[in-house]
Amino acid sequence: MSLTSFTIAEARTKLRAKEFSAVELTEAYLAAMEQGAGLNAFITTTPEIARERAKAADARLKSGSTAALEGIPLGIKDLFCTEGVLTTAASHILDGFKPRYESTVTAKLRDAGSVMLGKLNLDEFAMGSATITSFYGPTKNPWKARNSNADLVPGGSSGGSAASVAGGLALGATGTDTGGSIRQPAAFAGIVGVKPTYGRCSRWGVVAFASSLDQAGPMTRTVRDSAIMLGVMCGHDPKDSTSANRAVPDFEAALARGVKGLRIGIPKEYRPDGLNAEVSALWDQGMQWLKDAGATPVEISLPHTKYALPTYYIVAPAEASSNLARYDGVRFGLRVPGQSLDEMYSKTRAAGFGAEVKRRVLIGTYVLSAGYYDAYYLKAQKVRALIAKDFDDAFEKVDAILTPTAPSAAFAIGERMDDPVAMYLNDVFTVPASLAGIPGASVPAGLTSTGLPLGLQVLTKRWDEETMFAVCQVLEDAAQFKRLV
Amino acid sequence: MSLDKATVRRIATLARLDVPDSDLEPLANELSSIMGWIEQLQEVDTTSVAPMTGGTDMKLVWRVDEVTDGGKPDDVLANATDSQGAFFTVPKVVE
Amino acid sequence: MAYTLKGETGDWEVVIGLEVHAQVVSKSKLFSGASAEFGAEPNTHVSLVDAGMPGMLPVLNAHAVEQAVKSGLGMKAKINRRSVFARKNYFYADMPQGYQISQYDQPIVGEGTIVLDMPDGSTRSIGVERLHLEQDAGKSIHDLHPSKTFIDLNRSGVPLMEIVSKPDLRSPEEAGLYLKKLRSILRYLGTCDGNMEEGSMRCDANVSVRPVGSTELRTRCEIKNVNSVRFVMMAIEHEARRHIEVWESGGKVDQETRLYDPNRDETRSMRSKEMAHDYRYFPDPDLLPLELDEAFIAKIQAGLPELPDDKQQRFMRDYGLSAYDADVLVSERENALYFEDVAKGRDAKIAANWVISNLFGVLNKQGLAIADSPVSAKDLGALLDLLADNTLSGRMAKDVFEAMVETGKTPGVIVEERGLKQVTDTGAIEAAIDQVIASAPDKVAEYRGGKDKLIGWFTGQVMRATQGAASPGVVNDLLKKKLAP
Repeated sequence: MSLTSFTIAEARTKLRAKEFSAVELTEAYLAAMEQGAGLNAFITTTPEIARERAKAADARLKSGSTAALEGIPLGIKDLFCTEGVLTTAASHILDGFKPRYESTVTAKLRDAGSVMLGKLNLDEFAMGSATITSFYGPTKNPWKARNSNADLVPGGSSGGSAASVAGGLALGATGTDTGGSIRQPAAFAGIVGVKPTYGRCSRWGVVAFASSLDQAGPMTRTVRDSAIMLGVMCGHDPKDSTSANRAVPDFEAALARGVKGLRIGIPKEYRPDGLNAEVSALWDQGMQWLKDAGATPVEISLPHTKYALPTYYIVAPAEASSNLARYDGVRFGLRVPGQSLDEMYSKTRAAGFGAEVKRRVLIGTYVLSAGYYDAYYLKAQKVRALIAKDFDDAFEKVDAILTPTAPSAAFAIGERMDDPVAMYLNDVFTVPASLAGIPGASVPAGLTSTGLPLGLQVLTKRWDEETMFAVCQVLEDAAQFKRLV
Repeated sequence: MSLDKATVRRIATLARLDVPDSDLEPLANELSSIMGWIEQLQEVDTTSVAPMTGGTDMKLVWRVDEVTDGGKPDDVLANATDSQGAFFTVPKVVE
Repeated sequence: MAYTLKGETGDWEVVIGLEVHAQVVSKSKLFSGASAEFGAEPNTHVSLVDAGMPGMLPVLNAHAVEQAVKSGLGMKAKINRRSVFARKNYFYADMPQGYQISQYDQPIVGEGTIVLDMPDGSTRSIGVERLHLEQDAGKSIHDLHPSKTFIDLNRSGVPLMEIVSKPDLRSPEEAGLYLKKLRSILRYLGTCDGNMEEGSMRCDANVSVRPVGSTELRTRCEIKNVNSVRFVMMAIEHEARRHIEVWESGGKVDQETRLYDPNRDETRSMRSKEMAHDYRYFPDPDLLPLELDEAFIAKIQAGLPELPDDKQQRFMRDYGLSAYDADVLVSERENALYFEDVAKGRDAKIAANWVISNLFGVLNKQGLAIADSPVSAKDLGALLDLLADNTLSGRMAKDVFEAMVETGKTPGVIVEERGLKQVTDTGAIEAAIDQVIASAPDKVAEYRGGKDKLIGWFTGQVMRATQGAASPGVVNDLLKKKLAP
């Protein structure tokens, strides 16, 4: 058995028992990264930092350290600012940017003993669902369909994170989720992805896409690994005004709760006409597993579901158009010279941003502009309130909600490129929870007839990640999903 | 809702994105199709619905008024493409 | 008499509204922990938040909130229990985030009033529309390089209060009085130091004109960033005359932003450099709504100092001062304190007279603030005591006061050194009078013949003979007696 095939929980035990060292584990991953370079999962690898941290972890392990992630090699989505290490957001416009600061989340991971392997690929500024808009090229999904050699997308925007964890290039990875960017790639790559409640993880030092939606979270091989990682990643940060000042629950302890007596909501709006039959069947299977474990299915309605995507495509681009105004060629990153200030700005931004980012910046600028604010932005905020209320009402009746994570399995690189709206539909099941700010997780639950992974999504009310983890654990146990690594 | 070329030009200028004339038409079509899809929101009755302005229902926290930061011009200027001495620079602005 | 401007077609009224940007007195910036102090080395009072680095987030300065509330209470304004920070989006070289965090449709302070004391003794109430908090921009320096503008972000993020008046002002004089009164209130409160030269108080003036008797509001122009009270008054008058000319020549005033050039006494359009602005305000998703509770506001209310209007009333009531004198004395808190020190236990009207006519005269001439006065309140009080007990004549007291200004010595010392003591000994004075009478028999004859006015000449002669030490009252009485036919 190779060193890279353990889970975080297993590696943690073995590291503490000195069955192998953090340096050995890290070297195994560095080798795997080289071997798997074809996936294009990493934008930047940081072997020196990795070796140095692994060495330090070994020293601490020797003196009995029980830090949560001591010696665990992780990949970091390249949206997190990392001190002294190139941080790109997969955009040309951040050329050469080496922050002099470390994001709160990655600092917490570092301080818990983890080892940074490198910076993972993503859709440019996390805008996308396939990791095909990266300036550094697309990331490939380590999964392939049976009888086909076509390269598939790993989902997005955290596609590098998903591919690296699924392909054995990292033991776990950070992701960020704005409309599904953790959960959808986790489903596409057959791993677990958790988006916690908005406000759980500090956004300080994470390149902003849409501030009212962005949340960091773990992407791992197992539910337990996500519980371990999330426990480290979250907690109050006075530097982020939207960070919650609440105690961090013991997520790992919640895994054993089971689902006996829990009411599980099945929202009818998530089963539109024409829903992929395999997806639909897996969803039914998921409910059956929960039922077998003692839960009760409850049909519920989330009436504004169909409006979630158009709402999202107003709110997120509006915030992004403003958040991305700071990329102007003056203080960091790319600069294209111009005769005047405005020419320098316009040329720099035209050269630095890719097509999808430009599209969203333009949409966002448009919906906020004079005469359109009320019709679009304000309207979207009101519909967002209705979507959040749908969930509030539902959680009066149920403890958790079960849905598919995505309407399909991974598709080929190059597909769905010509129609932005078709691409946006990937997030149809994940976006509502993002808008409501509630936690959501994707658990790999089965394969399509062509052998590609499908995920199930578990949603709970705000701050109730514990119930979410308990449900996920039952699904994972029942599904017996066979990982690549 | 369809956007014409002039509107695309106007918002591109607001967003400081240099768009060649030849791209205006295709962009206008693309953005119009997205906006057309978004248009379905208008059918939702939002009478007397309060807008949700952020991602959370928490209260805004405050910071004590103390000097805890600054004094690190090197960090501030470290990534600037064209800094001169202790300053950032931009093409000359004529007032 | 209302202020009007004569045109060719008739008389015109001026309608003025002022927007004042007042820097909040605070240690740190509005949304970061960098110092808000003026005049540091370039880019030293800058945090990564102020520099708009990726992933940096704003955290609100509590003291700035208190200062805004205090200022609002000082203007008897409505304090909004809920206000919202909004982003004002536009690109400019010294605005690193690409937006300014300000408040838009929900400011922290609503309507209030500022009362002006007009020179004719009447008062005018000027409405305040709102006060909101916002961040200042950095500074562009254009003269350090032939083809580049240099940017210093020290001011970036410094807290400002924007205080917007209603269009209630009707003359340059009223505008000047409004600014002085506002400045006085803010200085009393300690919320802004009111230093216009250093830019801690800046003013934009909205000016329009209309025919006398009309109630319409015609197109207004905004004159930006005028930095002294005098220039504001000059700019308004100039701008009003320009409008009248345009209207009377059959033209139309364009709504635009203009710049006042005090050297040429003219305003010019800034439109050439201004792209059509569309600020796309929206609530800042990095900050939640600002909510204030009653206790917070009540505590600030309870701690308010006596404000200029109340102090003026008290001076009129307790000291019997005229409204004008009281107004002059209270405009600066330190002046009022000084006066009260001098007036304590003495004739308040005489004290007011000496402070206003003599002391303020000296301070104005030397360009000094009261804190740097060469004469302390205690010494001025001692001088008034010498005057009251007839040790010094009024004339002598003025000489002693001048000596006090020059030397900084106490009046006691000066009187001692110069042997200056008012002669009230009638014997000595009588001797001097007898000598004068004896030396000018012709004048005596003229006086006795009915030329009463000559009494002044005799008094002068006696005063000269006694080197000014005689009490003029005593001299006068004795002269009249001795010259009586």
